[in-house]
Amino acid sequence: MPMNLTLSHLTKRFGATRALTDVGFTVAPGERVALLGHNGAGKSTLMKIVLGLIPYDSGEVVVVGQAPGSRAARRDVAYLPENVAFHPALTGLEQIRTYLRLRGENPRDAMGLLERVGLAEAARRRIGTYSKGMRQRVGLAQALIGRPKLLVLDEPTSGLDPISRRDFYAMLDALAAEGASILLSSHALTEVEARTDRIVILSKGVMVANDTLAALRRQAALPIQLQVAARPETADAVAARLSGARFNGATVSLTCSHAEKLARLSQVAALGDLIDDVEVIPPSLEDLYSHFSKQVPQ
Amino acid sequence: MTAILAIATAEFRIALRNRWVAIAVVLMALFSLVLAAAGSAPTGTLGADKLSVTVASLTSLAVYLVPLVALLMSFDAVAGEVERGTLPLALTYPLSRAEILFGKFLAHLVILALALAVGYGLAAAATLWFDPRATAGLPALIRLFWTSLLLGAAFVAIGYALSALARRPGAAAGLAIGLWLVMIVLYDLGLLAAVVADDGGRFTTDIFPWLLVGNPADAFRLYNLAASEATAAAAGIGAAANTIPSAHALASIVLWPVIGLALAVLAFRKVTP
Repeated sequence: MPMNLTLSHLTKRFGATRALTDVGFTVAPGERVALLGHNGAGKSTLMKIVLGLIPYDSGEVVVVGQAPGSRAARRDVAYLPENVAFHPALTGLEQIRTYLRLRGENPRDAMGLLERVGLAEAARRRIGTYSKGMRQRVGLAQALIGRPKLLVLDEPTSGLDPISRRDFYAMLDALAAEGASILLSSHALTEVEARTDRIVILSKGVMVANDTLAALRRQAALPIQLQVAARPETADAVAARLSGARFNGATVSLTCSHAEKLARLSQVAALGDLIDDVEVIPPSLEDLYSHFSKQVPQ
Repeated sequence: MTAILAIATAEFRIALRNRWVAIAVVLMALFSLVLAAAGSAPTGTLGADKLSVTVASLTSLAVYLVPLVALLMSFDAVAGEVERGTLPLALTYPLSRAEILFGKFLAHLVILALALAVGYGLAAAATLWFDPRATAGLPALIRLFWTSLLLGAAFVAIGYALSALARRPGAAAGLAIGLWLVMIVLYDLGLLAAVVADDGGRFTTDIFPWLLVGNPADAFRLYNLAASEATAAAAGIGAAANTIPSAHALASIVLWPVIGLALAVLAFRKVTP
């Protein structure tokens, strides 16, 4: 299957600093990939290279079969910059109409797009009066213009309330289902966890992870937490038999590796009436993220 | 072309909202009316119709005012987009940087044309009201209109180049005002000083005319002077006008917008978002 985005051995320097070193991954049609990393890890630089806004030093970048930044590539790629900005004197409707014309689409579609992002009521107000979340929605609306094959979204949900975030990811799901590729960066790890197919982690310009969340969990082999809810009168006995730590009155906490998990669970089950409930807490994306981010190859 | 028109429409709307259209039109109207009123005073000795006299005064006004208005409209074009952070997104759309500039250029030309038409139109109407014989001056007025537009176009384009070079609106504004002072005010003074010092030598005969015609503002003045004796009489530098063929002056006025745009596109290409 031809990829919508292919990066191989991508390297970019700003003077003496290495912004990206030997980064390589692909994004297939219909795939949603999250790009994670601390501030300054190289996420925005990578996105700007994919968009053709800045040149790169070595490696290869192919965007929907074209050179990044070529007119053909720009036709098929939509971008939502971090902290997107517009001229404050224009209204949301005028701004989207302009963007539609620039992509050779019908400017009458503008209202429909603004309705999709929940901005219909404010469409005729100047963008200068908008809140950050509203400006972000104008940004989203322009990214939906036409049928982009690749969407590059830099912190797309910053400034959006929880409901708008959910709607936004539903929109992305629909686009991906139609075959669009999505590359997005985010600091909201819990959203990324549920809503993307694959995770790429950059650390100081080096790609330290590129896999599905489940595979990254296996690779990292971080301890899994079991929380066993006992009864007040049995808590001490349970803690002793499982050799775990008691906390919050009647709860006993254990940690184990992925391989030990089932054996530990059957020990817990064997306690029968002594316990009330058991919960398995896998390592969170935050844990995974800090695990991989710490691996900084020199 | 659709893309250029889309940029131009948005840009015109922004100028309308920012009151730039109003400012340019009111400024031109005000100055033109004042000059028309001054020109309507009895001028029997000149023997020219009153409109031709008014055109002569308007020419001297336009040399200062048109480049100023053009630079004030254009200095923000690139630097403002950089400052607001609107540039990266615009550059990911399928249009070239040249097309972005051409779109802005079109909008700014329309605004200039509007201001000039209103200003000169008012001056003509006021003059014709007092002197119906003044229709003889209409060709000169029409020539003044389109040469003023070309002069404005040159400075709008140069303003874009400065804007792209400066990358910050404050710096771009400073450069624009500096350029206006140098090209419009100091340039002529410098040439005058050089001619006086040279005392009729090679500089005055061989180099000076080219330096004069090389500045779009002087070329504009020369072209309008050469075409009208009344203007020459009024402006008092008829001698200089006679040594330079008016075709050269015209070529300078026509070429400068092209050169300016080329410089602007080159400078804009160097801006990394």
